[in-house]
Amino acid sequence: MQQMKKIVKKHPLAIRWFHWINFPVLAIMIWSGLLIYWANDIYRLGWGTTTVLKFFPDSFNKALNIPFRLAEGMSFHFVFMWLFAINGFIYVTYLFFSGEWKLIFPNKKSLKESWLVILHDLHIRKGLPPQKKYNAAQRIAYTGVIVMGFGSLITGIAIYKPVQFKTICALLGGYEWARIEHFTLTILFTLFFIVHIIQVILAGWNNFRGMVAGFEVVPATTVPPVANEAIEEPVTIMNKQKNS
Amino acid sequence: MTNKNENIVSLKDIRNKTVRAFAIFFLLIIAALFGWHWLNHQPEDNGIPGPLRTVLNGNENLFSNYIYSLHNSSKAYSPADAAPRVRVNGDAGLGDDFDTAAWKLQVVRKPGDTLFISLDEIKALPKTEVIFDFKCIEGWSQITHWSGVKFSDFLNKYNLTSQSAMNYVGLNTPDKKYYVGIDTRSILHPQTLLCYEMNGKPLPMNQGYPLRLIIPVKYGIKHLKRIGTIFFSNTKPKDYWYERGYDYYSGL
Repeated sequence: MQQMKKIVKKHPLAIRWFHWINFPVLAIMIWSGLLIYWANDIYRLGWGTTTVLKFFPDSFNKALNIPFRLAEGMSFHFVFMWLFAINGFIYVTYLFFSGEWKLIFPNKKSLKESWLVILHDLHIRKGLPPQKKYNAAQRIAYTGVIVMGFGSLITGIAIYKPVQFKTICALLGGYEWARIEHFTLTILFTLFFIVHIIQVILAGWNNFRGMVAGFEVVPATTVPPVANEAIEEPVTIMNKQKNS
Repeated sequence: MTNKNENIVSLKDIRNKTVRAFAIFFLLIIAALFGWHWLNHQPEDNGIPGPLRTVLNGNENLFSNYIYSLHNSSKAYSPADAAPRVRVNGDAGLGDDFDTAAWKLQVVRKPGDTLFISLDEIKALPKTEVIFDFKCIEGWSQITHWSGVKFSDFLNKYNLTSQSAMNYVGLNTPDKKYYVGIDTRSILHPQTLLCYEMNGKPLPMNQGYPLRLIIPVKYGIKHLKRIGTIFFSNTKPKDYWYERGYDYYSGL
């Protein structure tokens, strides 16, 4: 007799498309942004004459072949910005119309529970609060990147056309502040990316497969007894019971 | 207990579903890599791959026709806000073999019909001041203080209105080593100046003495220093930085 498992639909096809389109597009936006930023690379972490971290060290620029490519950076940035904006816009629209937003936006309990999730992930506390698709920390993080994406778009528009969109530019604190904000959001995206990758690796194959194939295998605790002939072909018991 | 999102399936079925999904996933990755390779190896159009140039030109159409407005001006500042030390960023077209005494602005009304205008004649026109946040395409900006004649006043004074019905204005340095092309809509903006003073004094040589363009709706690359010739055209005039991969429009 074949072994049976229960699978659960996790990520709808649309969300998987948005996710995997966004990944290379955002990567190209960050890379071309680095080419642009290099031409006036004045930001640093530090105080007075003390610099803790220069954005970016010469070795970093050299390793990534960044210097003297401003024109190229701008041309890629102002082409791929459309894909980033359109993909993001359709994604957010989809969230609203599909009801997926209920699974991803934080709720009243999220702030408190996210702390428990962090303690759990740091192996300080055992067990997670009950959750649906995403735990509280994921809800905050994934909603946060949506807000960040919108922020990148708005600060980007303010730098791109500061005269035509001067109200937006002024609301962001002016041209130079908008550039700092745009840059900071990019740093936050890369930090998100690093944590995201670590979490995906720790979560393992089943979770990763969810973002590609759409389903996750869960322990089948209550597999009803099935007649042998029914197992000849892949069985979808729930469908056969017309409960779907 | 029942849920439309749950299915009981065989291990084989799970394997098949997984293999199918990842096969499609890897095919899409390969397609994306091919697409990236294709894009980067297209014939160049003025320094960047052709498809990128096509989109940049599309951006220009969008912004110049639907977003740009004569009523959107660069924020005006007071003289006290202006930087006393003005950054100098480029010297293309500012060679030493330049006879300031012999200089006259040349305006090509039509091929073979050129106006010669002296600095004194330009200074006799109504004077306009612009104090604005000058923005370099490199990403820095600086509040600077300029004065001269409004470009639109100049066109009216010299009866160049039929010329300014054309799509573009071209400007060259006297040695023709630096040259820009600007859409006429932008050149007619009330903040666009034929500028002969910086911080209330004659332009320094490295800022384009005797006459330069100040056009706050564009990046600094379009603010040509030491104007030799101005001409009008329905097609895009040659542009120094456009040839080096930058956006032709470069509008703010």
